[in-house]
Amino acid sequence: MGNLFDSQVEIAWCPGCGNFGILRALKGALTELGFSPEEVVLVSGIGQAAKLPHYIAANVFNGLHGRSIPVALAVKTVNPRLLVIAESGDGCMYGEGGNHFLHALRRNPDITVIVHNNQVYGLTKGQASPTSEEGFVSKAQPWGNLSLPLNPLSLAISQDASFVARGFSGDVDKLKEIIKEALTWRGFSLIDVLQPCVTFNRVNTFAWYKERVYYLDDSYQPEDRIKALEKSLEWGDKIPLGVIYQHQRPTFQDKIYSQIEEEDLIYRGVNFDDLFSRGLRLFT
Amino acid sequence: MAKVVGFNGNAAVAYAMKQINPDVVAAYPITPQTDCVERFAEYVSEGLVDSEFITVESEHSAMSACIGAAAAGGRVMTATAANGLALMWEMLYIAASMRLPIVMMVTNRALSGNINIHCDHADTMGARDAGWIHLFSENAQEAYDNTIQAIKIAEDLGVRLPIMVTQDGFIISHAVERVEILEDEEVKNFIGAYKGRYPLLDLNNPVTYGPIDLFDYYFEHKRSQIEAIDNCLPVIERVGKEFGELSGRNYELLEGYRLEDAEYAVVALGSTCGTAREAIDSLREKGKKVGLLKMRCFRPFPRESVIEALSPLKGIAVLDRSVSFGGFGGPLFTEVRSALYDAPSRPSIINFFYGLGGRDIYPEDIEKALEKTEEVVKAGKIEQHIDYLGLRE
Ligand SMILES: Cc1ncc(C[n+]2csc(CCOP(=O)(O)OP(=O)(O)O)c2C)c(N)n1
Ligand code: SF4
Ligand SMILES: [Mg+2]
Repeated sequence: MGNLFDSQVEIAWCPGCGNFGILRALKGALTELGFSPEEVVLVSGIGQAAKLPHYIAANVFNGLHGRSIPVALAVKTVNPRLLVIAESGDGCMYGEGGNHFLHALRRNPDITVIVHNNQVYGLTKGQASPTSEEGFVSKAQPWGNLSLPLNPLSLAISQDASFVARGFSGDVDKLKEIIKEALTWRGFSLIDVLQPCVTFNRVNTFAWYKERVYYLDDSYQPEDRIKALEKSLEWGDKIPLGVIYQHQRPTFQDKIYSQIEEEDLIYRGVNFDDLFSRGLRLFT
Repeated sequence: MAKVVGFNGNAAVAYAMKQINPDVVAAYPITPQTDCVERFAEYVSEGLVDSEFITVESEHSAMSACIGAAAAGGRVMTATAANGLALMWEMLYIAASMRLPIVMMVTNRALSGNINIHCDHADTMGARDAGWIHLFSENAQEAYDNTIQAIKIAEDLGVRLPIMVTQDGFIISHAVERVEILEDEEVKNFIGAYKGRYPLLDLNNPVTYGPIDLFDYYFEHKRSQIEAIDNCLPVIERVGKEFGELSGRNYELLEGYRLEDAEYAVVALGSTCGTAREAIDSLREKGKKVGLLKMRCFRPFPRESVIEALSPLKGIAVLDRSVSFGGFGGPLFTEVRSALYDAPSRPSIINFFYGLGGRDIYPEDIEKALEKTEEVVKAGKIEQHIDYLGLRE
């Protein structure tokens, strides 16, 4: 069935790649929430994951490896009426762009960051990423990865990130629901999506995840930060999925706009008659 | 008999690195360099080298690790491309200013945006003023040979500067060619043992690297750096000769091809020189007196050799594979033209941009450039200094 967000671009992922599930879940979430492509901005970096915006008919800003979050923050700040999603891989978001990630946690911009966590650098053909397991063997590290994997969820919760979740690309329906929650959340939302890379990660496969993942049930209270931190540390035989932490706090836009006491930056000093006559459409 | 193998440019450099056996290699993956570093990692893993191999989370960290290791007294190498090199930017200056003889292989690749993984020279040309020596390679053989020579040049006590050895991304890095390799022992003897100068690890002689340097001395320090890099030319020439004695492959700052009696010439960098040779042979068959000047050493710029080689000509086509936006011509053009300003005679010079983002260049393009140059000379007037090859307009 056709979808409003279908793109004409031919998909260049390996058959069976976990990215397909994320693409389907995201398109489903956007459709079910009633967004139209013009309202959505996808900002990405470089990598297999970062190709996703090409496969969705929406506004796209494709910049540099590691640099999607500052761009997303700025887009949202200038035009808060847009739905802004930063989308990229674990290497891009937590490695090369790790510093941006840390500072976004502090600022709490109202954007959603979706990280395709395949625990590997997929595009550059399989080197260890910041989330690769210790001992992970790659062509660049035949002796095995010497570093411990970064725990993005614990890191985010420790910094009081506004919304922290984990999804699994092998379960599109549930992932879609998590994405919907994140997109409607006011404030910074992080979804770390477990995404098997069938070509370069022979450790963390679909089967490996399927054996381990489970969903948090209704009794789980994501508002409790210490419990959430504990939950986020769970990894190994059992891996929790769902919204692990949420906490409302003022967003970056709230603070900026209270300082400048103005309408949205995008409306500042603009001659709309002129722009409309040149074909601009506004989404409010 | 020299040993002959089939290597692409990445493999050739990785093999040179194996034979050099550096103390430390720190690198981050980026196409089209990754293959080189991965091959080197295999040598590490198989115990064929003694090197410490450091994988990092960005190129900025890669160059930082190299700088730390070199300041500590190690022989240090790395490799990168395009935005990886761009991300190293501020550290490139630190490496050169601290006179650390790091050798880095760069597979030339276009800079974003938009993203493009194919060859042009925007990356290293952007870094041309950072104080590094730049050696360009025409093919995998030269990438191998230049890498070995680079160690000896960089570590020479009269030099002590970092070097970039470049090869055209994909065109050289991924094309398998015939490469003659030296014996491990020969390489070892050629480069000699390394002794770090003022190493941080010499606990009896503590030293400081990189303290604040304001208007009181910064300028003098830059002056000494200017002198240092200018003084490299004879060392590069000497090492090229010594390498020739060892391998039978002589290296100079520049290489002329059918230039002796030429009236017109192209000046180019990297793999395009191979394409140009074909164009020149075919024009020569038609009776045209044409030749090629290949720039092997771009930094320091061998001004006098350029004057000597080009001044007798009537017309020159300078081929640039990168743009200096807003400048009068590309980086190679501005250098060549400026060098010829006070030459005994000044040929007409036209700049041709080509090959950005990996656009192919064909011998016919180069023939066209030479023909156009001849027309301009015959017309006695340059209407258009800047032109393009292989571009849709
Ligand atoms: C500055 C810079 N360095 C290196 C690269 C090469 N590069 C492109 S994607 C990538 C890593 C991709 O890994 P990840 O972000 O996890 O995405 P995946 O491909 O796994 O989805 C790297 C190292 C680059 N594009 N820019
Ligand atoms: S390399 Fe891995 S992440 Fe990239 S498309 Fe293939 S399976 Fe997916
Ligand atoms: Mg990844």
